[in-house]
Amino acid sequence: MTDFQPQIVAFCCNWCSYAGADLAGVSRFQYPPTARIIRIMCSGRLEPQFVLRAFELGADGVLVAGCHPGECHYISGNERAKERVARTKELLDVLGVDSRRLRLEWISASEGIKFAKTMDEFTKQLIELGPSPLKGES
Amino acid sequence: MTRIKEIIEETGAFDCVECGKCTSLCPVAKRNKNFAPRLIVVKAQEGMEEEIKSDKDIWSCITCEICNDMCPYEVDFSGFIQRMRGEAKESGNLPNCSQAGAVHTMERMTGMGQRQKRLAWITDDLKVKDKGDVFYFTGCVYQLGILYSDRAPELKQVPANVVRILNAAGIEPVVSDKEVCCGHDLLWSGDEESFERLMEQNIKTIKETGAKTVVFACAEGYRTFSLDYKDFFGDLGFEVKHVSEFVLDLVKQGKLQLNDGGSKVTYHDPCRLGRHMGLYEEPRDLIKATGANLIEMASIKEKAICCGVNAFVNCGEVSKKMQVDRMLEAKETGAEAMLTFCPKCLIHYNCLLSSEKKPPELEGLNLKVKEASNFLAEKLKGSGANQIGKG
Repeated sequence: MTDFQPQIVAFCCNWCSYAGADLAGVSRFQYPPTARIIRIMCSGRLEPQFVLRAFELGADGVLVAGCHPGECHYISGNERAKERVARTKELLDVLGVDSRRLRLEWISASEGIKFAKTMDEFTKQLIELGPSPLKGES
Repeated sequence: MTRIKEIIEETGAFDCVECGKCTSLCPVAKRNKNFAPRLIVVKAQEGMEEEIKSDKDIWSCITCEICNDMCPYEVDFSGFIQRMRGEAKESGNLPNCSQAGAVHTMERMTGMGQRQKRLAWITDDLKVKDKGDVFYFTGCVYQLGILYSDRAPELKQVPANVVRILNAAGIEPVVSDKEVCCGHDLLWSGDEESFERLMEQNIKTIKETGAKTVVFACAEGYRTFSLDYKDFFGDLGFEVKHVSEFVLDLVKQGKLQLNDGGSKVTYHDPCRLGRHMGLYEEPRDLIKATGANLIEMASIKEKAICCGVNAFVNCGEVSKKMQVDRMLEAKETGAEAMLTFCPKCLIHYNCLLSSEKKPPELEGLNLKVKEASNFLAEKLKGSGANQIGKG
């Protein structure tokens, strides 16, 4: 299990977190290459289906990142994201997928460091949790 | 090629004499001039296979079975649609799923080999077993209650309340966290492969418990086991019962008492329970047995207006029009609540009722749509059932 590298799908909002990821890259902060980032216009665009489908297709973890509360480019999109993530976490637990595999973070465009740190922490946590139980036997 | 011919043969679509009774009764055709069930069948007869497969109308049908019921030549139109959807999907004609298909994904995810925490709803006061005669198939109602917590939080209480009712009659039902979704929505949205996978798991799970009777509180699960599972497996080796039949028997045998102060309610026939399965009287008798005052709406039983959506596919203008029409009928009765045994009906009606912009006709509507099992559990003597709305 030591060579297990989790696969993370990261949904980043266009205005804050995607720019934050960009900054982490430009600043050459080191973080594990475990995430595939998908840019969404707002964290409020996230639907439970995005998360469920990612897990169905074999993701070990899903990260949702948006602007800090009160700083949403669309005023309150991130509040929707917060509510939806909470709902999806509850559903994942019932489905037998540990809800810790879904993580919500507020990362602003200036927080390259926080993005790198989040990736680092989340990857470590997923290594501890092991591969997703939805992955085939292989 | 031959598969489509097979579908036409087996569903009796070839017997259609183009009388048009189906189209004249179809609730979708009434509200969408471009849709006609007759036309779809005629196209099939004429061998226009490609045209049907690419036809978006294959997803507009709500499979409510008014046409099946009224067809003088007994064409199984809903069966035809259901099987054609598989063909349509294969050729890239996909449905518009509500919530981007979250329900379908959730249902497929129930059976991927992981250990579910499906019984998260169990509280200490409920008595359940691992093995026994009566199996309670909860279905996805609890999960739907989570996913739709904004409009139907009361669904989360259904499994616990059904067990409460059974416990009150001295029955300890078997429940299992190995149970998976029945596959209804997958079957009706053209995903037969996932349906069969889930079906096999369910049959195995139930057989392992040695149950002789399987009880459903959900209209769709009841239909799927009674008709679709039997189509594949023949005799299932256990009896399939809806909670309304099962509990009504218990009331008749004097094992259970339900008491209502005479509240005014009306009952909505879910298409899966009514037209598909013919259960019209049992739910009504059971509601009356509580002492509640059941007032009927204008269209009931075979003619009941449907909630407008099936398998979370193609919800749109027509669906909303049907829901408004049904709500107006319910308003007319003056009832406090409209009861139904289908979690999907509840979600779809509450979607309309909880929307910010309600149609002007529904101003002043003071009616709640309630899950009937929750209603019944409230009427148990000395009931500890959770009050509706405290989801």
